[in-house]
Order: sequence, then C-alpha cells, then structure tokens
Amino acid sequence: MSEYIIKNGHVFDPVQGIKGDKKDVCIKDGKIVDKVGSSAKVIDAAGKTVMAGAVEIHAHVAGPKVNLGRIYRPEDKLFSCTPTKGIERMGGGASIPTTFKTGYEYAKMGYAVAMEAAMPPLFSRHVHEEIRDTPIIDEGAFPVFGNNWFVLEYLKNQEIENTAAYCAWLLKATKGYAIKVVNPGGTEAWGWGLNCLTVNDPVPYFDITPAEIIKGLIEANEYLGLPHSMHIHPNNLGNPGCYETTLDTLKLAEGYKAKNKFGREQVLHLTHAQFHSYGGTNWGDFESKAKEITDYVNANKNITIDTGNVTLDETTTMTADGPFEHHLTGLNHLKWANVDVELETAAGVVPYIYSPSISVCAIQWAIGLELALMMKDPMRCYITTDHPNAGPFTRYPRVIKWLMSAKARETQINAFKHKDKVLSQTSIGTLDKELSLYEIAQMTRAGPARSLGLTAMCGGLKPGMDADVAVYNFNPDKPVANPDDIEKAFSRCAAFFKSGVQVVSNGDIVSNGNKRTLWVDVKVKENQQVMRDIDEKFIKYYSMTKNNYEALGHHFIPNPYALEVDAT
Amino acid sequence: MANKISLNLISGRTIQQGVAIEGGKEKPLYRTAAGIIEMDKEDLKKLGAWRNTNVRVSSEYGSVIVKAVEATQGPHPGLGFIPMGPWANAVISDNTYSTGMPTFKGVPVTVEVAINEPILLGIELVQKQCGVKVG
Amino acid sequence: MTKTVTDVICPFCGTLCDDVEVVVSDDGKQLLEVYNACVIGTEKFLHSQAKDRVTRPRMRQDDGTWKEVSYDDAVEYTAQMLAKAKKPMMFGWSSTNCEAQSVGNEIAEISKACCDNTAATCHGTSLIAVQDIGLPSCTLGEVKNRADRVIFWGCNPAHAHPRHMSRYSIFPRGFFTGKGQMSRKLIVVDPRITDTAKMADVHLQVEQGRDYELLDALRVAFKGEWLPDVVAGIPAEKIREAADMMKSGRFGIIFFGMGVTQSLSKNHNIDEAIAVTKDLNEYTKFSIMPMRGHYNVTGSGEVFAWQFGFPYSVDLTRGFARYNPGDTSTVDLLLRGELDAMFTIGSDPGAHFPISAIKPIAKIPSVCVDPHLTPTTGVSKLHVPVAFNGVEVGGNCYRMDNVPIDCRKVVEPPEGMLTDEQFLIKVRDRLKQLKGVA
Repeated sequence: MSEYIIKNGHVFDPVQGIKGDKKDVCIKDGKIVDKVGSSAKVIDAAGKTVMAGAVEIHAHVAGPKVNLGRIYRPEDKLFSCTPTKGIERMGGGASIPTTFKTGYEYAKMGYAVAMEAAMPPLFSRHVHEEIRDTPIIDEGAFPVFGNNWFVLEYLKNQEIENTAAYCAWLLKATKGYAIKVVNPGGTEAWGWGLNCLTVNDPVPYFDITPAEIIKGLIEANEYLGLPHSMHIHPNNLGNPGCYETTLDTLKLAEGYKAKNKFGREQVLHLTHAQFHSYGGTNWGDFESKAKEITDYVNANKNITIDTGNVTLDETTTMTADGPFEHHLTGLNHLKWANVDVELETAAGVVPYIYSPSISVCAIQWAIGLELALMMKDPMRCYITTDHPNAGPFTRYPRVIKWLMSAKARETQINAFKHKDKVLSQTSIGTLDKELSLYEIAQMTRAGPARSLGLTAMCGGLKPGMDADVAVYNFNPDKPVANPDDIEKAFSRCAAFFKSGVQVVSNGDIVSNGNKRTLWVDVKVKENQQVMRDIDEKFIKYYSMTKNNYEALGHHFIPNPYALEVDAT
Repeated sequence: MANKISLNLISGRTIQQGVAIEGGKEKPLYRTAAGIIEMDKEDLKKLGAWRNTNVRVSSEYGSVIVKAVEATQGPHPGLGFIPMGPWANAVISDNTYSTGMPTFKGVPVTVEVAINEPILLGIELVQKQCGVKVG
Repeated sequence: MTKTVTDVICPFCGTLCDDVEVVVSDDGKQLLEVYNACVIGTEKFLHSQAKDRVTRPRMRQDDGTWKEVSYDDAVEYTAQMLAKAKKPMMFGWSSTNCEAQSVGNEIAEISKACCDNTAATCHGTSLIAVQDIGLPSCTLGEVKNRADRVIFWGCNPAHAHPRHMSRYSIFPRGFFTGKGQMSRKLIVVDPRITDTAKMADVHLQVEQGRDYELLDALRVAFKGEWLPDVVAGIPAEKIREAADMMKSGRFGIIFFGMGVTQSLSKNHNIDEAIAVTKDLNEYTKFSIMPMRGHYNVTGSGEVFAWQFGFPYSVDLTRGFARYNPGDTSTVDLLLRGELDAMFTIGSDPGAHFPISAIKPIAKIPSVCVDPHLTPTTGVSKLHVPVAFNGVEVGGNCYRMDNVPIDCRKVVEPPEGMLTDEQFLIKVRDRLKQLKGVA
C-alpha cells in the first residue's frame, strides 16, 4: 500500500500530548508510522491544522427509524440533493441524509468512525445493510437493552451473570458494539401507552424500576469487560425539571469501577446531556441546569458525556424513547411515526424546528454549549448533536465555531428574539471561555475513542494506530479574522486519509474507501439456562424463529472487525 | 332475454388466484381462478343468466369476456368482483387522479350474457389487446 | 434418503412466514414436500421445479416466435437498451432480494432511469398518506403478545395473507394474550361478507368506496358527538359499538389493504385511517399496519429510501433523485407515453396494470426478468428467466412490518441458470463499459 507524508502541519494529538507543534505525519500500509521512504507522496500541510480522524460516539444514521424518517419526509430532500459525480453516488437529505451522502459528509469533515446510537435487535440486519451502504467511515451499532424482556426478567431476579450471558449472546447475534440503554423501562411501559418518568417508577407487569435496570446493566457491562461502558439516554428526557432524573441516574454509577482491557475508564456514558439538563417546572420558567450536571460529572470521574448540541435548524427527531415522541407531537403537531418492537424496544420520529425566535429553543442551544464550556476534562466530554435530534451532524463545524469563539456565541445571542430570557435562564452570557484546538481534538477524537475502548485503533496519531488523518485549512498561528472561517475550515478537509487511503482531497471525495463494521465478540461460559430461556421466548413470543434471528452473511457485513473479549 | 345490468366492480385477491399465479399464468387454472366475475344471486337473476355462463363485462375503459359465477363471499347485491388479473384490468379505471394508483376498485360496469364468446387465457388476453404477434 | 431444511422463509406475500420446512432429496436437487406453508406458498415451492420451466433467455422474433439466446446476449440487449434510452423505467423489484435491488439501483443511477416498485399499484397511496400524517405502528410480535382489538379494514387475509391470523393477529397465544382468539375482539370492514368477515365479532359491511366517511364517523364517535343515522351504509349505533369496542381495548391494531388504497379516495382513506389510530392513542394504545402484498416490496421501498431518499416512483433522469407520484409513477409515465424502454423484474405489470398502461410496453424495447411465463413476458421483447428467490437463492427480504429476514436457499437452480443478482451485476458491468464509467 501507498506511503504518504503529511508535512509541516500544526499537529493536535491528545494521545501524544502534541499541542500544535509543526510535525510530519507518516502513513504506510494503512497505519501511522515513524518514517517513510523518499518515494512517499507528499501532502503539504504548511499553515494547516492536522488531527486524527474524528470519532462520532452517538448518531442515528442507519436503521429502521432512520429510514422511516427518510421515507416519511420527502420534503427533507428538497434543495439538499447532490448529483452523481464521478465515483460519488448521488445523495439527498438535509436532516436525514441517504447512506451514501452520510458517509461522504462525515468524510469531508474528517470523521473516521461513527457509532449508530440505537439498534433494535430484531432489525439488526437492516442496520447493517445501511452501514454497509455508508462509504468510507468505519461504523458500529449499539443494540438497545434497557427495555428488553430478558434483561427485565433477569435483573428483577438480580441475576447478573445471566444478564451478562444474554448481553453477550445478543451482541453476537446482532453484531453489536455496546450496551445501549434508552428510557429504561419506560419504552416497555410505552407498549401499553405508559411511561417511566423517574428512576423509581416500576415497569408495568415486569415490576422492576429503571434504577434496577441501570445498575444491573452497569454490572453486566463490567462483568463482561466490554470496550465501551453502559451508554444511557435517561428517563424523562426533554421535560422541564428533568435534570433531577438525570442526577438520580448518574448517582447510580457511584462506587463502580471500569473493568476492561481497552483503556476505558468510565462505567456510564450519559448521552446528549443537553436534553437532560433542564430545570424549571414548565416552558415558561424553563431554565438551564447545565451547571448542576457538569458539577456532578466533574466530580465523578467514572462518567463521560456527550453534549447533544442544538444547532437551530429544522431537523427530525428520532429516538427509542417512544413515549417522548408521542409527547412531542402533542406539542408541535407535526407528523408522528412510531414502531413498537416485540420484546425489545420501540422508536418514534417527529420533525422539529429549533427556531431562534422561540426562547425554549434558544435556551436549549445555550445549554448544549454551557455543558461543553463547563466540563473541566475535555477527555470526558464529546461533541455531538444526537444527530439528527438536536441538529444535523453536518453542523459540527458550526458547533466548533461557537465553542472556539466567544464572539460567535455573542453574535448568535444578540440575534435571538428573546435574548433577555436566554441570558436570565442560562449562564451562557457569563462564559467567555474559548476552547482551544487541542481541547476540540480531545472532545472529537481522543476522548470518544477512549470512551469507546478504541484507543489502540483511532482518535490519535501515534505510530501503530490506524492512519486516519484530517488536514484542515485552518492556520492556528494566524488570529481568526472571522469566526465563520473556523466553520468553513472544519466543514471541508483539505485532505482526509482513512486507514491510509486518501478519501478526500480539497473537499472532494476521491475514493469510496474500504469501510469496516466494528462489533464486539464476547466469549462467555456456557450458560444453559439462558440458552433455554432464549429458545423458549423465540418459540412462544417472538414472531421470528431463533435460527432466523442472527445477522449472518457477507452481504450484511462485507468487512467485519471484531473486538474480542474473553469473559469466561 | 338479453338483459344488461349495471354493477359496481371491484377486484382483489383470492386464494385460488394466488395458487394459480404460482402454478403459471399461461395455464388454464389461471383463467378458471381469475377469468370470472362473482355476482350476487339477485344480480344473476336480474341478468337472466345461469351460473357459470360466459358474460361480457364492459366499462368506459374496455370490455372482457369472463365466466359469471355466484358470489362466494356474499351476499353483495350491486357489487361485482373479478379477481385481480388481466381480465379485471381490461375494464378497471386507469385514472390515477395523479396518485400513481389506478382505480382498481369501484368502477361502474355493465354485464350482459355472451354465451358463445370464448374466455381467453391470461397471457393470450393481454397479447391480443396489445396487438402482439404470437408465433 | 431425504433432508429437511427448517426455518425456511416463504417468498410469496408480506406475511413472510419463516417457519416453513421443506423436504429435499439427499443430493439437494429435488424439492419433495413443503410443511407449514399455506397453499399458495406450497405451490410456489413445488411449482418451481415444474418440468416445463423455461431455463434460458429468449428473444421475441418478428414473426412472434421465441428464439433462445444466451445470458450474455440477454445482458448485451439489456445494457444497450438502458444505455440508449432517454427515459427508461426499471420496474418491479418486489419479488427479489435486497442484494439484487441494490445492484438494480446502481444500474438505474448509471443509466439515469426511473425506478419504481409494485407499491405504485398497491400501498403507494399508503406511503403518500404516511408522508402527510405519519404512522403509529408496531411489529407483528407486538400484535401477537399484546393486541386485544384487531381490525381488518379493506383487506381479506383469509385469501391474501392466509397464515397471518394464525401466526400473528387472531389465534396465537402470546405473552399477554394467553387465551389466544378468546383474548381478542375482531372488527372487519368490507363491502362483502368475506371469509375474514365471517370470523368477525363485528362486521361493518360498508358501502363500497365510502370508507373515508366511515373512518371520519368513527373519529366523531370517539368524541361522543352527533352522527347522522347512517354513514356509508352503516347505522350510527353500529358505528358507536365499533368505536366503543376500539376504545375499550388495551392494545389495538388496524390492518388495512387494497379496499382502501385502491378505491377512489386512495391516499385520503389511509390518511383518515391513520388519523383514527392517532385519535385512539388519546384513550388507549393503538397501531396501524399496511398489509404489504409481495414478500419484498417493503424491502424495495427500504433500499430505495436509504440509497435515494424516496420509497418508490423515483426519477433519476437528471442525475439526482426526484419523487412525485402521479408524475414519476410508472402507470402515469406509461399512459403519457414518456418511457422509451421498460425493464421489469420481480413483478408482473402485464397482469396487474390497467390494459391501457400495458399497451405502451408492447411498443417499446422491453426486458422482463422472471422465472415464470407471465403477461409481461408475453409482451416484452426479451424474457430472462432466473432462479427463484427464496427457493434457489437466498437473500434479505423485509416483512410487512419492516422486519428483515434473510431468505434461505433450499435447492439448486436448474443447471446454468443465473440469479437476479448475478444477471444484474453483468448488466451493470456492461453498462459501465458502454457509458465509460469507472
């Protein structure tokens, strides 16, 4: 394979502690190496910023609810279609891009890896087909466990070993990556049109509380030693005052230590924290509790978060928090789609417009930024938009602009119709911190990679790691004339290498790459009881046979990469 | 007595039609299954026809010869049912009203006895209407 | 000696039963018996090995006879046809697997074609309604485990989805429905007393074509407001009885079919049915699900959607995807004489389109990929028989509730026959050469 040398760029690599020094980055046979021969192709990165490929820890980019969003929103394709261009397949969709467009847009921004945030296990084949059709970027998917009948029954009986054995089985059957929990217990209650809004609300019939589910899955995760931690979307998302439920959820992680061979240090990852940091009692006194949330996470080092920044766009919300989506359509009266999934989970989809003229949306925008500015350890706080829920992932460069430039934030605040309310209900007006490129690299590369247990592979430029290298037209030595230049630079790489292959050149796609599907293969002790329970539930309750459940076959996962875990 | 009656025509699936299409649309079984119009007993009386008589079904879109049989899922006076297939599609409405969907159900038709007219086989019927030469 | 292949998926209708068992000869070549499938599925499996099967492509001659040609000849004709056409249509896709559908999409993109699937004459109007109002739905296992109110509106599963009621909707004893049929109340809405209606607790024998009014009346009845004495042929008391039955359940499901998608109000019917479902969610838990016809029309919609952004009637002629049913849908394109080439696969428009839309197919260059002889092959210039999907080759398919199940290969296809995917790959590669594309 080819040799490349990216010369004279300003390198930002938290893995090696490089904070903008002019260094060469060498690529050979798909990996970062110390040096290459004289025939290596030279990429001139003088006056440019060089970072490892970014890592998306949570986005909804592949699967049944994503596609339901595409099907039921033809209007999302208006004005956002990109034609076939050379090797680039055609694409469309602003908030829910088609799979080809998804891969290209991530690559053009320098993203190397993306995690599909919620995979309903019964639909894993669908998720993998879409992942297969998303070019360039490596992807994995998180099966959801927090409303799964097996998990609810085992944890009711406090059978951690059985829970762990089932989790291992399900990860293998679905080729999944991590234990994802969405609205624990509440989405099973939604099967009857009900919900669980606190961690102590019992699930109808199963009579287990979200707190028990969360603790049980943390324990199962550490019992197995998985690369990533339990990844949670807590109960009560999106409601004024929900920060209390969030704190109750986070407190359940106290006392647990991460146990794994992948360098992961957290036992709980709180996702799209913005949606879970609300105070007040109604939409009128709605306020930010970002400080309360960050105070807690700053003090409790076994937790990581991602922000879920609101970008002030028209977008599409989609989540396995089925009851929340029903609630949302009641608020904005836009078309509502819902799918309850037998024995496992549910999903809902509702379009949403985050209008800068609405004070609540403006406050949400502020909260997302407050979280990133008030978290003390950028290695434990990652930039996301919970795509597409709080905004399309294509807005990451804009979020970076807001975080790096107090002036850009001020411009936006001044443009709000209800600026006074934003300032009174949040602390955004008092925060003049500007994140550095190094901190941005921590929050978008090294941090998420470590949280996912992928430190050996990606998120940095250390020799031996995958050669995922992004070069941006941004000169850290020059003062920023206009904050929009930050956004422009991060929107289109000057060059992007994925696994040592140049895939982007001057913002254009030059190769479809050879993406991998990442999944976790856990070996556990043989557990006859769990196997019998699985057989029984398939015969009695599922609508598919057990032998037809597992996502097998080359046509689903042409290029698998399994992280192996021995939990015997 | 050469009566002509009016009916509201719908088309749709039957098990026999399903089995017949998997057996091969060129075969006589397909004609037996789908080259029929199910009519209510009362409508057959009005038409003055015995069961299993060949009839001509006509609409503003076309006309076709099928066998009139007694309704198997009735009574439904005023409603005629031709299983989905080329016989039905010779007479149903091609008007999609800009939805892309023709109006397969709810087409006004007239039915008259046509004892001596043959019911064509499925592929034959389509080829004939399209003017396709068959060697 | 024989072998039994278990967990076989039946490739006929959207019920996509996956518990079929097929007994094959020891050498894996002969299909002997089929268990658990309905009579239609059984016929599909058994007939696949009929002695009179066409196993090689054939080209229609000027004198109307068929002449056998090689697969390579067929590939050449097809690629040339698509390369030269200004506005070709690639139609069907519903009776083949997702892998083949994906290759078909590549071909459509390279040749700047229109592509469409059988939803255009089936549940396309449902998709239009969903795009207006949304879709509260669930998987079939939820119906099995939770549903105590089942409504069949404008569909006749006893005939069209024969095992639906025994596998999912009426008879199974699920987790919360241990009494099986006794746990459920069934309402059927149909202008005829269909074999499905005969099983109903309540049959609303609606005046044909007046479903919209009846749906609307139900929404009024939910609110307990005034109704006229009769709506759509149904007395107000019966409407209220049905409304109360729905509201009093704890988990309800409306299954609907062609009775409402194909009758005059089309997508407006479905819009109103979804509105009924949404309204019911104010009182209890309710879902709605279309009874998809072909076993993989849902899959075609999914693959179109994730690759192009729209579920059917997609126009790629300008190099990017456009969608406008009525404008970009196959029947309308044919009626307006806009297509100059027709490629049909995994469907039979010749049997299921109005005759006025089939006549244009007979006049333009046309290819039909189908293991069977059909009215479409009867009017096409080139007939390319292929292996039966789900019998002689596996591949992913999507059930009516969008659940993906990977069909199995049960027996070998006849010697030398290609699968859809194999044929399409050859066409794609030849087309790339003709277009000078990498």
